[in-house]
Amino acid sequence: MNIHEYQAKEILKRFGIDVPRGGVATSPEEAESVARFLGGACVLKAQIHAGGRGKAGGIKRADDPINAKEIARQMFGMRLVTNQTGPKGWIVRKLLVEEALDVKKELYLGMVIDRSREMPVVIMSSEGGMDIEELTRKCPEKNCIEEVDLSIGLQPFQARRLSLKCGLNQSLLGKASNLLTALSRVFLSLDCVIAEVNPLALTSDGRLLALDAKIVLDDNALFRHRDLEDLNDVNDIEEEDIMEWELKSKGLSYVGMPGTIGLMVNGAGLAMATMDIIKLFGGEPANFLDVGGGGSSEQVSHAMKIILADKRVKSVLVNIFGGIMRCDTIAQGIIDAAKSVKIDVPIIMRLKGTNVDIGIKLLKDSGLNIVCANGMTEAAQKAVKLSNT
Amino acid sequence: MSILVDKETRVIVQGITGKNGLFHTMQCKSYGTKIVAGVTPGKGGLQVNGIPVFNSIAEAVNKTSASTSMIFVPAPSATDAIFEAIDAGIKLIVCITEGIPTMDMVRVKKSIAGCKVRLIGPNCPGIITPGECKVGVMPGHIHTPGSIGVVSRSGTLTYEAVDQLTSLGIGQSTCVGIGGDPILGMTFVDILNLFEKDKKTKAVFMIGEIGGTAEEEAADFIRRKMKKPVVAYIAGVTAPTGKRMGHAGAEISGGKGGAKEKIKALEMAGVTVVKNPADMGKTMLSVI
Repeated sequence: MNIHEYQAKEILKRFGIDVPRGGVATSPEEAESVARFLGGACVLKAQIHAGGRGKAGGIKRADDPINAKEIARQMFGMRLVTNQTGPKGWIVRKLLVEEALDVKKELYLGMVIDRSREMPVVIMSSEGGMDIEELTRKCPEKNCIEEVDLSIGLQPFQARRLSLKCGLNQSLLGKASNLLTALSRVFLSLDCVIAEVNPLALTSDGRLLALDAKIVLDDNALFRHRDLEDLNDVNDIEEEDIMEWELKSKGLSYVGMPGTIGLMVNGAGLAMATMDIIKLFGGEPANFLDVGGGGSSEQVSHAMKIILADKRVKSVLVNIFGGIMRCDTIAQGIIDAAKSVKIDVPIIMRLKGTNVDIGIKLLKDSGLNIVCANGMTEAAQKAVKLSNT
Repeated sequence: MSILVDKETRVIVQGITGKNGLFHTMQCKSYGTKIVAGVTPGKGGLQVNGIPVFNSIAEAVNKTSASTSMIFVPAPSATDAIFEAIDAGIKLIVCITEGIPTMDMVRVKKSIAGCKVRLIGPNCPGIITPGECKVGVMPGHIHTPGSIGVVSRSGTLTYEAVDQLTSLGIGQSTCVGIGGDPILGMTFVDILNLFEKDKKTKAVFMIGEIGGTAEEEAADFIRRKMKKPVVAYIAGVTAPTGKRMGHAGAEISGGKGGAKEKIKALEMAGVTVVKNPADMGKTMLSVI
């Protein structure tokens, strides 16, 4: 689960990490009053679930409260397109208004679970502001890494080792050690997937603060953090992700793609393979959709309606390998969907496995315009051909 | 010979009284698997379809001398189920459960490091040695005994591959679904190592997907240690960056985990990589 920067900073503060003074605004007037409360110059930061905001105009400086109000007016409602948002971008609905600081040095600090080492690691670099991908590509030698023991957390000596390697002055070792170990406590106690402070700022008056913060929580661990579920504000979900979110709550996993061929598949691996084979035969998938292993006909029907609601879709390929999932369940779901929505694009079915004969008979008797295919190659070729007519 | 399970394997089912647990227990039993006991805390003394249920694994092991456990316990309690199985001296744990927190798996991996216990999964279809023993949720009837080892991060895509092999008359020694999570018990390398040593296995089919670097590590192992031919398919060539494709572990992130890098690493290691998933069986036929 993604949370906003301001929410992440509230969490960091609770664990004793310094963050700039500031407040959230949902209107230009609120931005003005937060700026007035802060006094002096401030920074307005768009709260969207994506990075790369600075370069895209999502972070702006204001000299005074009136100026803050003007800038906020321009920022609210804008579609912010960054290198992480995709071409449609995200609408700015909330701004974090913070004191402007005199930053002397910016560093990178992050904690993730390293899949190869099978343990959490803390990564620190003297190059702040860049994202970790860029950092790894451009200057891997500057990435300093410490492995973290789950039962102990990052130890102060490890924090000092990282800080010294990254060129922090020895007078800052105490402060840095407190901050790094606190970040490790945040990560471990909240079951994070990522906890990132980028940049970590050293101000000219010698303070170390989290200038930006990103926390991603493990969805699978939310059952033991019920309080954190409230941070997932449905209003924060953009329209393109609404479908993903809605389907997820029904036990289906969906990812939108830019193509014209709608896909419904059981199993994530087979669904990816089906996307790949569509591409191999010159088509473009409109989505990834896994109806799961134990789907009901209601789920299938719902999934079909969602696929058909996408007006770019010119043909639909249903690829089912019935192991646990029965082919007649899939067939019934599609017939049910056809009762409430008009199906005006060709549907190509590739059914295999449990109850396949019953499934195909149901479809034939339904009178729907359904093209049956033997095997994945034939199914993909037909889906691509029919999407072009 | 085969790897991990055979007709002598004695299996306990943890979470046998749940709907899924019971359904698949009976499927395994009718395939011929020796299901000797079930465990559901608080339901000890019960019999489900003739299978005795115990309150603890220790008790079940003591009464039935089982060595393998299959877990259907829901995610919030599944880690506890794994730890209980380790504590009771189970040698092979197959965890079917999906949705276990990643941090819990870090804990599990740390505690089994250096131990003899083997863990398959979580979030996996399980293991099958065709004609002998099925410890998992895969449809048994598509498999046929033979000499191809199959190892995969996926479920239905593995069934697709196995079905293609079987329909071309190519049998399987053992098929292992290692699971779709970011942190897994046994990895590709662990299973490839067992297949390389197994006398019955003549070649291996490996199914990988985007996310992590397990395929790259497998490629390195194949290059250095394997003599048997390996054919691979990697799913997700068209998957976008930063999106989770169904499986918790299937996400390209931090500049890592793309399909192209995996395919390249495998090809460099001498692996035949299949481009069209409809040609998995055919390609294996041409290699053996």
